[in-house]
Amino acid sequence: MRLSLTVNGAVRAAEARDGESLLTFLREELALPGSKNACEQGECGSCSVMLDDALVCSCLVLAAACVDKRVETVEALSAAAGAGAPGLHPIQQAFLDAGAVQCGFCTPGFIVAANALLARNPEPCDVEIREALSGNICRCTGYGKILEAVHAAATGRRP
Amino acid sequence: MTVTRPRVRGTVGESVVRPDGPPKVQGTFQYASDLWQDAMLHGATLRSPHPHARIVSIDTSKARAIPGVRAVLTHADLPTEEPFGLMKSDQDPLARTRVRFIGDPVALVAADDARTARDALKLIAVSYEKLPPITDPIEALQRDASPIHDRGNLIDAVHLVHGDPKARAEVEVEGEYEVGMQDQAALGPEAGLAIPDDDGGVTLHIATQWLHEDLRQIAPCLGLPEERVRLVMSGVGGAFGAREDVTLQVHACLLALATKRPVRMTYGREESFYGHVHRHPARLFYRHGATKDGTLVFVRATIVLDGGGYASSSPAVIANAACFAAGPYRVPNAEVWSVGAYTNNPPTGAMRGFGAVQTCFAYEAQMDKLAAKLGMDPVALRMQNALADGDRIITSQPVVGSEPVSEVIRRANALPLPPAGRESDLELPGGAGNLTLGEGVVRGVGFAAGFKNVCYSHGFDDSCAARIRLALDADGPIAFVHTAAAEVGQGVVTVQLQIARTELGLERVVVLNADTQIGSAGSSSASRQTWMTGAAVKAACDLVNAELDGRARDRGIPRDRLEALLDTPVEHRITYRHTPTEPLGDGTQNHGHVAFLFAAHRASVDVDLGTGLVKVVQVATAQDVGKAINPVAVVGQLEGGIAQGLGLAVMEEVILKDGAVKNASFTDYLLPTFLDMPPVLIDLIEHPHPDAPYGAKGVGEPPTISSTPAIVAAIRAATGRELNRVPVRPDDIVFGIPARSGWRIVAGTHPAEAVREEIR
Repeated sequence: MRLSLTVNGAVRAAEARDGESLLTFLREELALPGSKNACEQGECGSCSVMLDDALVCSCLVLAAACVDKRVETVEALSAAAGAGAPGLHPIQQAFLDAGAVQCGFCTPGFIVAANALLARNPEPCDVEIREALSGNICRCTGYGKILEAVHAAATGRRP
Repeated sequence: MTVTRPRVRGTVGESVVRPDGPPKVQGTFQYASDLWQDAMLHGATLRSPHPHARIVSIDTSKARAIPGVRAVLTHADLPTEEPFGLMKSDQDPLARTRVRFIGDPVALVAADDARTARDALKLIAVSYEKLPPITDPIEALQRDASPIHDRGNLIDAVHLVHGDPKARAEVEVEGEYEVGMQDQAALGPEAGLAIPDDDGGVTLHIATQWLHEDLRQIAPCLGLPEERVRLVMSGVGGAFGAREDVTLQVHACLLALATKRPVRMTYGREESFYGHVHRHPARLFYRHGATKDGTLVFVRATIVLDGGGYASSSPAVIANAACFAAGPYRVPNAEVWSVGAYTNNPPTGAMRGFGAVQTCFAYEAQMDKLAAKLGMDPVALRMQNALADGDRIITSQPVVGSEPVSEVIRRANALPLPPAGRESDLELPGGAGNLTLGEGVVRGVGFAAGFKNVCYSHGFDDSCAARIRLALDADGPIAFVHTAAAEVGQGVVTVQLQIARTELGLERVVVLNADTQIGSAGSSSASRQTWMTGAAVKAACDLVNAELDGRARDRGIPRDRLEALLDTPVEHRITYRHTPTEPLGDGTQNHGHVAFLFAAHRASVDVDLGTGLVKVVQVATAQDVGKAINPVAVVGQLEGGIAQGLGLAVMEEVILKDGAVKNASFTDYLLPTFLDMPPVLIDLIEHPHPDAPYGAKGVGEPPTISSTPAIVAAIRAATGRELNRVPVRPDDIVFGIPARSGWRIVAGTHPAEAVREEIR
């Protein structure tokens, strides 16, 4: 079945198989591999994307259910980059600077989830960050540097 | 004339942003599971549903008949008889006559898309004759056990005898301990893309820890010379030991060669649990003796490791468990049997800490038991017995060069304790489950120290090749660093960059992608890459600098006018080897290790005595790192390693029943989340090791070794429970029933002499 979705601001159409997840559709049909496939069960958050301003695990959403909705992936953040290194969103820059990236497989999901957090709570405290990002698993860092990165990104956002 | 050069940024000792960081934060870094080629096929693996069975027949005709299926392969299609294996060649790429664990690969399919490939697997009819499985490693080692492999069920046994093995002491304690099976749980699934080459060979893009070891195992199984099998490192989504073994490497290449098309294979999470080796579960039987004033007199231990269906790196894990069985303490007398058995459980092999994790849990519990019996402070007991310069471990090897054990213990214990209470109810045991408002919650504090080798041991020819090319381009001098070191997230690419910048005095350094066009770098394991690849890159830079010095002298050009000196590029290769170590042989004593790493952890926990739930409140650690090449990455290694130690302490276990993994998903295999991880306090101790580059000793494994026993000690302090197994489960806290193997083993004897015990 041919699906037409608004992804990162552009209308994108491609064939989808019956029951195909939004994650598979993004990765395999639209060639947007930034959203990662690690658990296939919505446990790890590596596939986090925004769906009409709601943070979702794209592995748990049917691609066909996203017709007429707006999907934003990690790839959109680079395009909307502000200050910092060329092409990097402030949250991406903060993750880099803080050493919050090791293998990096969880990183796109964390960045999308952190962006969602800061959009609704511009100055979260430690517990709020931990709670908001507890749906994203990182196997490398132990989360300490991610905590620093989110604080740094929040501070940087202040006028 | 003195020319002031601009300061070179990003050198050794600075916290440096990793060069692979920008694509990783943008989502454009290509991991192995992102590999893609037009017209590529998708591979899938049929695995044994039985823990132990004979293959009677395989019928692939229905699978072959599906449109879109391009190849179906079984053992009958294998080009050679060659088996493979990391340390023992004991596994066929596809099972021939017998399957030895649930998940043993039996057949392969390549199809136009992944779904068709998976559908075809269901149509392969395999007729099995079930055999009785053995899932208890101690049972497997009994003389009457039926053999899982032709040579029997013993993978390897190491017997250490140090001083007087029969020594007695004024105060003795004993215990039986159990370590459950831990999964590395790297987030990136196993994946690779095999592309057939015009010469009949194949190029494999693969996420691995050691390209050349993969090559050594793959080529014979393909019936190809190594020259016609090329490996290219793909993006690695974490490793932690799980990528040291061959998983889909041979399979993807076989399918590509059979179809003459590129073939990609990617495991899903469930298959990943069956497809890669796990940490060895262990049963440990210990007896410690000390004088009344707390001086250790002897340690006796029997360690039984479950190797599962195939050996993988079991022999080295067994040896490590033996060598480090007494901990970082002065122990004049010891007898240790460390034995690994084949069983019909999933195979086990490398995971961060590699044999040292299992024994540390046991010996640190013993040290606490001893302290309690002596009426001593547990930290003071450790300080009193800490290895000092020149002291010998129980293999008689002295610790020399850098051995700040008592300093590690003292400084970990000196870090501030967490405040009483909490900021938020989310930090209570049970967290958002809202299971307590603080009533019945008890704080406990525990301490542990541990140690392990760095680099490969026991006579292994451990080497790393490096090539540096210094040239001019339109923007000036630029250096290219080429090694085969696997970047698995730990930061070895950044380390190479920093060392080259430091040695060449040049900021424009590019680290090339790892492949088999250069000699082996050895494995990204054993905490060894900073030492090995670091030393190789440094030595290659020395050669480049020597040639530049010569050119400058010969031409009368100032040495820092690189543009003038580089009319032709300077290129040098070198292969670095560390100081040789003694083979294990059959002797009980040897100098088998290059150097040792030490760490200590103090954990503070809150335990809800009613529900048995635990919240780790803080972990404080001091670790001897020699020299922090990239401090931010070192801290990341420590915090990440502690998270895995916390997982083993209270959450993570591959639960087995009759050889089957009962929780092969991240829904059921619990990994520490942001809310489970407490703040970590770190005191880095930098005593440079004289043989290591800049003194940097390697940092990856110690955080995972003693963090687990520290957390369990803290839970014991809070609950008074014995807690002799990890992970600690809520039931263990609430009901307090110790784990028992069902075997009576006198510590220090061979497990074949075990006697079955009635379990009440």
